[in-house]
Amino acid sequence: MKFDLFVLPFTLGVIFLLGYLGYKYATWFRGLNKSDRSKVISGFFSVRLFRAVNEIIMESLLHRNIFRRNRLLGFMHMSLAFGWFLLIAIGNLESRVYEPTSMNLPYVPIFFKFFNANPDAFPLHRVFSFTMDLLLLLVLGGVALAFLKRFFSKAYGMKRTTRLMLGDRLALTTLWLIFPLRLLAESFTSAVYGGGDFLTGTFGSFLGSFLPAANLYYPAWWAYSLSLGVFFLALPFSRYMHIPTEVVLILSRHFGLAEHAERTPFTEVEINSCSRCGVCLDACQLSFAGGVQNIQSTYQLKSIRYNSIQPTESFGCNMCGRCDNVCPVGIDISGIRMITRNELNGKVPDVSFAEQSMPHAHKSDVIYFAGCMTHQTPSIKKAMVSLLETAGVNYWFMDEWGGLCCGRPMMLAGHKAQADIMIEKNRKLIIESGARILVTSCPICYKVFAKEYNLNIRVMHHTQYLLELAESHKIRPGHLAGNAVYHDPCELSRDIKVYEEPRKLLGKMVQVKSNEFEKDNALCCGNSLANLSADNDIRRKVTEDAYIKMNASGSQYLVTSCPMCKKAFEKVADVEVKDIAELVVRSMQKSRSPVKASGLKVAHPVEVIAG
Amino acid sequence: MINFGYKIQADRQVDYDAGNHRIFDFVRKSEPSIDWCMSCGTCASACTASASTEYSLCRLILNARRGMEDEILKSVYRCRFCGKCINACPRGVNTRNIVYLMQLAVTKISKHEI
Repeated sequence: MKFDLFVLPFTLGVIFLLGYLGYKYATWFRGLNKSDRSKVISGFFSVRLFRAVNEIIMESLLHRNIFRRNRLLGFMHMSLAFGWFLLIAIGNLESRVYEPTSMNLPYVPIFFKFFNANPDAFPLHRVFSFTMDLLLLLVLGGVALAFLKRFFSKAYGMKRTTRLMLGDRLALTTLWLIFPLRLLAESFTSAVYGGGDFLTGTFGSFLGSFLPAANLYYPAWWAYSLSLGVFFLALPFSRYMHIPTEVVLILSRHFGLAEHAERTPFTEVEINSCSRCGVCLDACQLSFAGGVQNIQSTYQLKSIRYNSIQPTESFGCNMCGRCDNVCPVGIDISGIRMITRNELNGKVPDVSFAEQSMPHAHKSDVIYFAGCMTHQTPSIKKAMVSLLETAGVNYWFMDEWGGLCCGRPMMLAGHKAQADIMIEKNRKLIIESGARILVTSCPICYKVFAKEYNLNIRVMHHTQYLLELAESHKIRPGHLAGNAVYHDPCELSRDIKVYEEPRKLLGKMVQVKSNEFEKDNALCCGNSLANLSADNDIRRKVTEDAYIKMNASGSQYLVTSCPMCKKAFEKVADVEVKDIAELVVRSMQKSRSPVKASGLKVAHPVEVIAG
Repeated sequence: MINFGYKIQADRQVDYDAGNHRIFDFVRKSEPSIDWCMSCGTCASACTASASTEYSLCRLILNARRGMEDEILKSVYRCRFCGKCINACPRGVNTRNIVYLMQLAVTKISKHEI
């Protein structure tokens, strides 16, 4: 049996790591509810497993998502992960081919060169040692890039990198040491015993020319083993926990697991899968425009993981979802934030929400729900009412005289239970009315109607509904001079992706100018209801920055479809800011003006509105 | 004592020092804009919750200033965070955060943390 005392740190480290991971994952699996557990079990025997394995190779090893973001950053991650993986895989293969019969313990391939310093007798050894040297070079290149990234993060497409914790530092240092030490150990060995290829052989003879390699090679193997052992010991307590956990995350995601309203083991998996790469930092508008540096997702997930979460961190986020969009691991950050907000609030006393007046349901085909914010931008409300009248729709203006809120702001504030009370009350009204379609002018309402209400009717944002009315010629938007920039409200983009309808509708009236910051990359207007703590100063900074980035100056209109966004941009814009419904009304007035000029009086609701 | 047929009424003056101001102080520490509130009541007139329940942010802030914790507890959880008040406020007070912090203060008081 091949054995030397120096293999102990590595072996103990591996045993500890495997034991810890096994225990952790088993605990998580036991904590799943019944349906999730059966999803996982059945998932292992379905085609989903192959899809998951494919994604594991593409993401955990090749880091395709990071490559798409920045090639240098992608290469760094790929060379470390894929290089190390191949080093282990081919190292094992080499060792097994070399000694197929003898007792070959797991540590032998790792320290192959020590136990088989010069395997000349073996015909394939040149191929193997060349490959292994090449792979070592690849990984070393990755380490060098990672080292340089600490100083020149801009070259990697990252303006900011994450702050490190003590556990991270220990793990990071040992991780960076592993491969240089391996190079030293193998080089010294080849200097003494020969062997080694273009890298270890050459480097070895170079080192041997002025260093006492015979005395140094054994301590080098010790150091290599120690660094491996310490890294494995520190791994579960550092950010490198993401390496094994990401595999679990990809598997469970493919098996159909997702975030619930409360914390589940899946949440733990997601939290532990965050590598703190810091990609979310640069996506965060509060960071690059608002100057807020403590609420970003990676810090949030870290605080949750170490149970040190503060309310300010959690409630100071706009929940625009830009970080969800760029996260290379695909963590459902917004979902976790909602869970955290609810946890931070805890259980609150039950209160009634409708002591006095509640509207009564009216029989109708269509319900129009303006939403709280639309009531504060009356021009949008009036525009919608006039368009509904023009189209001759049998509608009920559900919250014409107030009424309950949709519930989403309450959910965003971490009061899911109370929101559910309001949702139930509204839901009853909606069902009683017998309507087939629910139209809302507020994207915040739209999202909650679509996702939380479980309605059996069509839920539409007014951009979608107006497009449908226009396509069935119930309303006829006319042409307007000039062009417009369309701003995607957060609640309609990324998660829900209402992209084409507003653009199509807008395209009937004006020329739509596209820009870099639209659709999935859309910017938050800064007025987000999800953010409780941001003051006016921060909000305004975000708004101004977003307005400049969208490059709307020079066009006729900045068009949006959210009353909140409209309100935000109106403060900073030097062009006209319009809701899409208002623009439809204007275009219809313009196209009707010849009729007016001829002296005919057209009594039409559209004419009533000024603006 | 001679009965004159009337008695002295109870003092109706608000004594600002009598109440416990810990809620106000707690809110003010994180959200200094509560100082800008001039109790105009615009927030309450815009409020969704005021329309259907006994709730007024304006009164909530007054009660916090006066240290009337029972009154705060009665209505602080009725807010729906819809954000109309923040748009309505002529002084730029971060109203929703004030409500949230009052809720947090109430929770902390129940846990004896403040």
